[in-house]
Amino acid sequence: MDLNEIVHKKGKTPDKLVGVLLEYQKTKNRNYLTNEDLKAVAKKTKLPESRVYSVATFYSLLSVKPRGKYVIQLCRDVPCYVNGAFNLREELETALQISMGETTKDGLFSLEYASCLGYCEMAPVMRIDQKIYGNLNSRKLAEIIAEYRRL
Amino acid sequence: MNENIEKKLLTKRFGLIDPMSIEDYLASGGYSALRKAVSTTPETIVEEMKASGLRGRGGAAFPVGVKMEMVQKAEADIKYLVCNADEGEPGNFKDRYLMENDPHQIIEGMVISAYAVGASKGYIFIRGEYARPIYMMDSAIKAAQEKGFLGKNILGTGLDFDIELYTGAGSYVCGEEFALMLCIEGNPARSTFKPPFPTNEGLYGKPTQINNVESFANIPHIIEMGAKEFSKIGTKHSKGTKLVSLSGNVRKKGLFEVPFGVHLWEIVENLGRGVMGSIKMVQVGGASGPCLPPNLLGMKLDYKDFAENDMSLGSGAVIVIDTKNDILDIVRNTLEFFRHESCGKCTPCREGIVHLLVLLDRFILGEAEKKDLELLKSLIQTIELTSICGLGQAAPTALKTTLRYFPEVYAAGIRKNHTRAI
Repeated sequence: MDLNEIVHKKGKTPDKLVGVLLEYQKTKNRNYLTNEDLKAVAKKTKLPESRVYSVATFYSLLSVKPRGKYVIQLCRDVPCYVNGAFNLREELETALQISMGETTKDGLFSLEYASCLGYCEMAPVMRIDQKIYGNLNSRKLAEIIAEYRRL
Repeated sequence: MNENIEKKLLTKRFGLIDPMSIEDYLASGGYSALRKAVSTTPETIVEEMKASGLRGRGGAAFPVGVKMEMVQKAEADIKYLVCNADEGEPGNFKDRYLMENDPHQIIEGMVISAYAVGASKGYIFIRGEYARPIYMMDSAIKAAQEKGFLGKNILGTGLDFDIELYTGAGSYVCGEEFALMLCIEGNPARSTFKPPFPTNEGLYGKPTQINNVESFANIPHIIEMGAKEFSKIGTKHSKGTKLVSLSGNVRKKGLFEVPFGVHLWEIVENLGRGVMGSIKMVQVGGASGPCLPPNLLGMKLDYKDFAENDMSLGSGAVIVIDTKNDILDIVRNTLEFFRHESCGKCTPCREGIVHLLVLLDRFILGEAEKKDLELLKSLIQTIELTSICGLGQAAPTALKTTLRYFPEVYAAGIRKNHTRAI
């Protein structure tokens, strides 16, 4: 879907702005919107560029910096933390050879912390795109990463 | 110990119906409360809600009936209804369970409310991370529209009401009512001063009834069984049941529904089957909630019990933390969460939390001075009193309560040697 279709489907009033941006970002390979993209959204919705930019930079599911094809979000809040999320961070960093907040050189994975994802009964938890992975341990983590590499 | 302390009201259909099937919901008595509601007057419903004693389940515990009455009495060309499903408080997952297991119960509660307060447009605001609840609520709304429970002239009563699903884009502060409404209006979610309150000037400046998912889910049951029967559940000051999201180091994590008045230890031991080692503390309500030592687990799940201890019950999360964990480490983790989620609008929250972390780190490193303790307490008070929204005001709660109940941990972080090498 291109921007025209998205705006046509969602609408161009201000209350549709977040939805348009989320949908538009989904069409991008690297999970982010460039300045040009934001300008295009402003033009299509007839909203000031400053407003579009301020919304795009406020919410954590939107990004104005390139991210990996797969964004790995690891929860670090207390319910996950006391169930070993800290150790998982080290394992993810080692497996992907990047630190928290970075993207792999091949552009495949980004690693970031997430605020509580709301799946505390399966702690520790991470999210890749729309999918939640719970009750994580080293073995599971390695399998999941390997699976995404094969995709 | 194995006595069943659960009481299933909101969760009674869980696992028994196909949540994607409106026929299943109808066959199990669904939408009959709505039929009953529209056969009476809006005023009767509001009176019933007030008599039920139902208080908001999102954390602030404001009486739902009183809120409805204010919206009902407000005069405007259009009124809105907002269901707050932006469940972002660490340790909470109850709203997700409600949306995934019985979505129509929420819609029914919203339509009854719309009839009572005179709202014509409703929003369900679901956090963007909740892909499955978004999908399921979306399907449920469409099914309700097809059956005529949403849309024009609902059940032939002349009531026009429809619900739009709104997806958040990742921000804890959206759980705060004004921040949430600003997000719907297409802005960054930065809260504003109150008053005016949403009941008078809410979404687009119009009277708005905004309630948590669990609050709306209670409404059909109150109409169905009547306020009198409903208020027999729970305690004198806290009516009905509470959904408890149990997590942390307990053997059995999960969602449970209990009547108000059960003891915290019952939740931990009976429902959660205890911990492997021993309990260090229990955080109630989520990241913004108090940390209680084991000797306070005799407290009841009751608004009054908590208020008397200068605490609030919050949204019903119970996070059990065992002795393998370090208290200051947990407090630091909680403060990091608030530092990250602060919207940045008001100084006490934006800057204050950063400085709480700076001070806390001195205690963690064993380099604090005695005056740092006073500084910490004074800064906590400033943040609580002067932050614009509930997020900022509640950010220091874990710190404040651990200072109160575990003073020795902080005392241990104070330097013994008063001279410095440099």
